Parts: sequence; C-alpha cells; structure tokens
Amino acid sequence: MPKISIEDLKRIKEEQIGKMVLRGGQYRAKVTVHMGTCGIAAGARDVMSLFRELIAEKDMQDVILTNSGCAGLCAKEPMITVEVVDTAPVKYVLVDREKAKKIFEEHVIGGHVVEDYALAIGSETMAV
Amino acid sequence: MEDLSLHVLDVAENGVSAGASIIGIMIDEDLEADLLTIVIEDNGKGMSPEFLHKVLDPFVTTRSTRRVGLGLSLFEQAAMEADGALNIESTVGTGTKIVVTMRHGHIDRKPIGDMAATILTLIEGNPSVDFVYNHKKGANAYVLDTREIRSELGTVPLNHPQVVSLIKENLTEGLKEIQ
Repeated sequence: MPKISIEDLKRIKEEQIGKMVLRGGQYRAKVTVHMGTCGIAAGARDVMSLFRELIAEKDMQDVILTNSGCAGLCAKEPMITVEVVDTAPVKYVLVDREKAKKIFEEHVIGGHVVEDYALAIGSETMAV
Repeated sequence: MEDLSLHVLDVAENGVSAGASIIGIMIDEDLEADLLTIVIEDNGKGMSPEFLHKVLDPFVTTRSTRRVGLGLSLFEQAAMEADGALNIESTVGTGTKIVVTMRHGHIDRKPIGDMAATILTLIEGNPSVDFVYNHKKGANAYVLDTREIRSELGTVPLNHPQVVSLIKENLTEGLKEIQ
C-alpha cells in the first residue's frame, strides 16, 4: 500500500512559508461548485475535476476551489458560483466541460463575466 | 446517479452539512462472500429518532431551498436493486452511520465508479474536515487518512493545489494496486 511521502509534504510546507497570507482567507478568485444530490447527479463532480485540472495546469495558487450544497434550482444544475475579489459573485447554470473552460479563461483568469452562461449577477438571493 | 461513487459523494456531503469534523468512508469488496459493503460514518449532529424514521421518504429533506430530498432514497433504491439494503444508525450529538450492502456480482449492481474523484472532491471542497477512506478488495486494502497528511503539513491547507495533486496521485495508484 503506497503512502504519501512525508518528504513531499515537508517540501510543500517549506516552499509555502511566507506565501501563506494568500490562502489563509485571502484569494483573488473563488470557484464554488454546487454539490447537492441534484448537482452530483447532473455532473458537478466532473466540473469540479476539470477546474482542479485547469488550476493545476496554470499553477494558480490564488484561486480557491470549493463546494457547497443545493441552491434550490435543481433543474439548472450543474451550477457554479465564481467570485473574483472586489466584484459581485456570479452564478453560472447548466455548466459542462466546454462552458467551464470558457468561464475559467474569461472570468477566473480574465475577470470578464461570461454573460451568456450566467443566471444572475450580484444576487445571492435563492429562488424558492 | 450513474455509479456508487456518486452516491458516496452525496451522502458524505450530508455529513459535512451536519457539521462533522471527521468522516469515515469504508468500501469492502468481499468477493468470496459475494458481498459489497459501503459504510459512511460521520460525527456530525445526528438525527432525532423521529427524523430518522422518515428520512428515506423522498419527500423529506433538511433543505429549506426545496421540498424534496432524494439522496438517501436513491442510494437505498440502488442497494435494493442489487439484492441489498441501506441501514442508518444515528444519535443526536454523536453522528450518523450509513451502512449499505449489495450483492457484489448482482447484474443490476451499479459500478463503483471513480472513487478517487469522489474522495478528492470531498477533501478539496471541505479542507477543514478530515476524511478516512478505507477500501478493501479481497485480501488487498488501501487507506487514506487526511489526519496524517494534515499533521505533516502544519499550516498549509489540505486544498493547496500541490497537496491535492499528491493526494490525487496516491489515490489513483493506490486504487489501481488493489484491483
């Protein structure tokens, strides 16, 4: 059975000394993948995996990837919320791999909202 | 849900919502006994006997954003289709344990699916929660315990991209080895 090598973990720890301010609550962008039963059944985990790959590919240490529960719009899943610091959060609906790539390039990296895929901008009110 | 790993992700997310600090996920593929057992255990807030009694009803949910809850009912259905069952033990203040059994070789048993993606999603999405993942297949076993990783990392969070990459590599290789 393989073990994660302690040396690798120590190396990461040493490399991160001094950089920690950034991830300790501060980040430039946060991507939240909605992971309720509805989201999972509609493919949210694949969307999360894709964002993980994109973040790793570009080595973007200032982007946080996280998940949350159902937002009450199950028919629009998979949904994600993108928050770029100092701007309003944007919810994207019916996200697939192609849309996710575009949102990552244009919004997460470029800072421009992909309006075609957005549900609402600046609203955190849930639909009932 | 296409496979069992998605059901596991869903139920484990319930544990996170219940405020758990540690979630255990155990998969035991006992080929000799033709039995697949999945156990998901959390130390969250637990359920009252009244709620526990009706939790498998699809029209019961803790959510306020919608009125139906399908997670556990869907998992139970998947178990029953493969000659199995879903059992829940829960105590308020102590946590919840879900035990799912299935006939391993049943023609209608859903495939296990991508457990590596499920565990990674859980760890990365909930970096303050610990996960202990134990997967047995016949005589082989794979164990991943984020408490061990966390203690080596100090202040570096578990969702750091480099840590996530290491865990991903370990999961992928470890699960391949026990096949």
